[in-house]
Amino acid sequence: MKLTGAQIVIESLIKEGVKTVFGYPGGAIMNVYDEIYKQNSFKHILAKHEQGAVHMADGYARATGKVGVAMVTSGPGITNAVTGIATAYTDSVPLVIFSGQVPTGAIGTDAFQEVDAVGVTRPITKHNFLVKNVEDLAFIIKEAFYLAKSGRPGPVHIDLPKDVTIAKTKFIYPEKIELMTYKPTYHGNKRAIKRAVEAIKKARRPVFYIGGGSVISGASEIIREIVKFTKIPSVETLMARGVLRYDCPYLLGMVGMHGSFAANMAMNDADLIISLGARFDDRVTGKIDEFAKNADIVHIDIDPSQIGKVVKTKYPIVGDVKLVLEEMAPLLFDGVDAGRYEEWRNVLNRYQELYPLKYSDTNEVIKPQWVIQKTGELADEDVVITTDVGQHQMWAAQFYPFTYPRQMITSGGLGTMGFGFPAALGAKEGVKEKTVINFSGDGSIMMNIQEVLTGYKYKLPVINIILNNNYLGMVRQWQTMFYDDRLSETDLSDVQPDFVKLAESMGGVGFRVKTKNEFIKAFNEALKSNKVAFIDVQIDRREDVLPMVPPNSPLKNMLIFKEDK
Amino acid sequence: MKRIISVIVENEHGVLARIVNMFAARGYNITSLTVAPIPESELSRMTIMSEGDPKIFEQIVKQLYKLIPVYKVIESDDFIEKEMAMVKFPLKEVKDNLADIDAIARCYNGKISNVNDRHIVVSVVDRPDRIDNFLKAMKAKYHQLEIVRSGVSVIER
Repeated sequence: MKLTGAQIVIESLIKEGVKTVFGYPGGAIMNVYDEIYKQNSFKHILAKHEQGAVHMADGYARATGKVGVAMVTSGPGITNAVTGIATAYTDSVPLVIFSGQVPTGAIGTDAFQEVDAVGVTRPITKHNFLVKNVEDLAFIIKEAFYLAKSGRPGPVHIDLPKDVTIAKTKFIYPEKIELMTYKPTYHGNKRAIKRAVEAIKKARRPVFYIGGGSVISGASEIIREIVKFTKIPSVETLMARGVLRYDCPYLLGMVGMHGSFAANMAMNDADLIISLGARFDDRVTGKIDEFAKNADIVHIDIDPSQIGKVVKTKYPIVGDVKLVLEEMAPLLFDGVDAGRYEEWRNVLNRYQELYPLKYSDTNEVIKPQWVIQKTGELADEDVVITTDVGQHQMWAAQFYPFTYPRQMITSGGLGTMGFGFPAALGAKEGVKEKTVINFSGDGSIMMNIQEVLTGYKYKLPVINIILNNNYLGMVRQWQTMFYDDRLSETDLSDVQPDFVKLAESMGGVGFRVKTKNEFIKAFNEALKSNKVAFIDVQIDRREDVLPMVPPNSPLKNMLIFKEDK
Repeated sequence: MKRIISVIVENEHGVLARIVNMFAARGYNITSLTVAPIPESELSRMTIMSEGDPKIFEQIVKQLYKLIPVYKVIESDDFIEKEMAMVKFPLKEVKDNLADIDAIARCYNGKISNVNDRHIVVSVVDRPDRIDNFLKAMKAKYHQLEIVRSGVSVIER
């Protein structure tokens, strides 16, 4: 029997085991939506904005490890989706995005709602397709899912001209796929692994530098085992929070611009940095010429283009972090002397004691760090945390007690404000049994606030904790530090919405909080409400994120903490 | 630093744009670019001559490999390099020197390939640096030339 292109899309999604599609209909994609109407195999979640839909698919993918699927129309549909796609691309999140397109005959005629969609998404996707023949469609969808989740994952975009969704062909979904030009390397080179193991055994001051690749490859268990056995000090990037438990004695915390002093000194003073799926981002290395001057680098990454991109790498290993470490572990356990690193551990522990992450708490005003810590105490261990971008994101990364990988969902690479709330909704859809909490700021939350309605309609009760300082806080902090406190366009105190009414108007529930007790009460009520909740927490307006490596400074030049005021 | 690479790609929609974007996005200029299908395959060979910082170039090569339709990136110090150039002379300027032009063209694997009542066209095939020399010699003697260069093609020795 022959199927239309639109039917092929539906059948292919079913074959891929897709449970939820996030999207927004429109003219060019209508035939596909007509088929969505007729089926019962998967759920469609109607967002209020295409960007929201893609962030939801992204949050779903990050929380579950599955491929997230989004569907939008042509023209403004796909351009609205661009920020969502770019966010997923920078953080290596597997997505498949379908967009409608004007009929093939109209392409290039400046037709209504026409945009060169594959031209727009080319630099922000792992790959993209313009489907010109319905005969190719099933294969392309199969290829798209395969590309999205294999190797270094990423978003794949399929542009579907309207006539292709009407045209008919026989539906054959390929069982297997093999591409001549794309063969990711999963298993590391044995000799390279052996050399790296020898280097670790010989090192005096090694450090595990754990990155997002460890989360994606599911390497948390083996990393925990290796760290426990070797007692090698470890640091996590923003993308890797939760790979080790917060209370692991060998975890020095987050590394980088707002990392802990001990973590940054570990990188600075190490003689061997073992990178596990991290990419030496500028927010991690600080001034690159002064980064880890005495260290050799072991770099394990599935993407060869990351190795040697920023730092000179003596021991490159191309492969999947988990598979490489599983091969490394027995070699390492055979003869590694954990005592050898004791002196090194003592030095770093001393740094921890001297300069722990801290803030001066008070009862006069709520400190944002207190809110994060308190949430960690009040919430179950398995809650999912999402964040927007800014000060609150860094406080959450610093102070939340993370216990498992995929617990922290944040726009790390692109730094997309407005990501947290829709990502939380998507995550909730993926892991219904868990509580999902989004830490946001009074700036970020306003971007994509429309999605409260989506949460209401689909019963996705996520809790938004708005750390409200009436500023675009991170920019304000930089203005104070580096621009003589000239607060250009960052003071939001003259225009604040009533977050309580705002939430209520779209079926949510809101709380305005000015004291610690009020926060605890509001949090418990929000949990019980089973609705999208906003907790508008009025925090110390001028609190800074500290410690901090000033931009383009070496890691060791951290600004520690302000003297007490 | 001048670099030449050959990129073997699948013949598919948008592949040229993907490759060229990779250079443009990193501020790298392409000096010359030739593309043609590889016979009896679904592949094309793109030969790209470029100039710039070797470290950025190394990154570009890795990024090219990452593109899904890229099959192979060939870098070599031992390429046979060939380029074609065609030069059009106004006949009235050179009508007394045809033998001279033909003789020089022959030194560069070329000849006079077309003559009509207004122009003569000379084509030569040689290494890009030798083509430079040929053109320099022609421009020194004659004016009002129209020059077309094909861009370099290479094959590993």
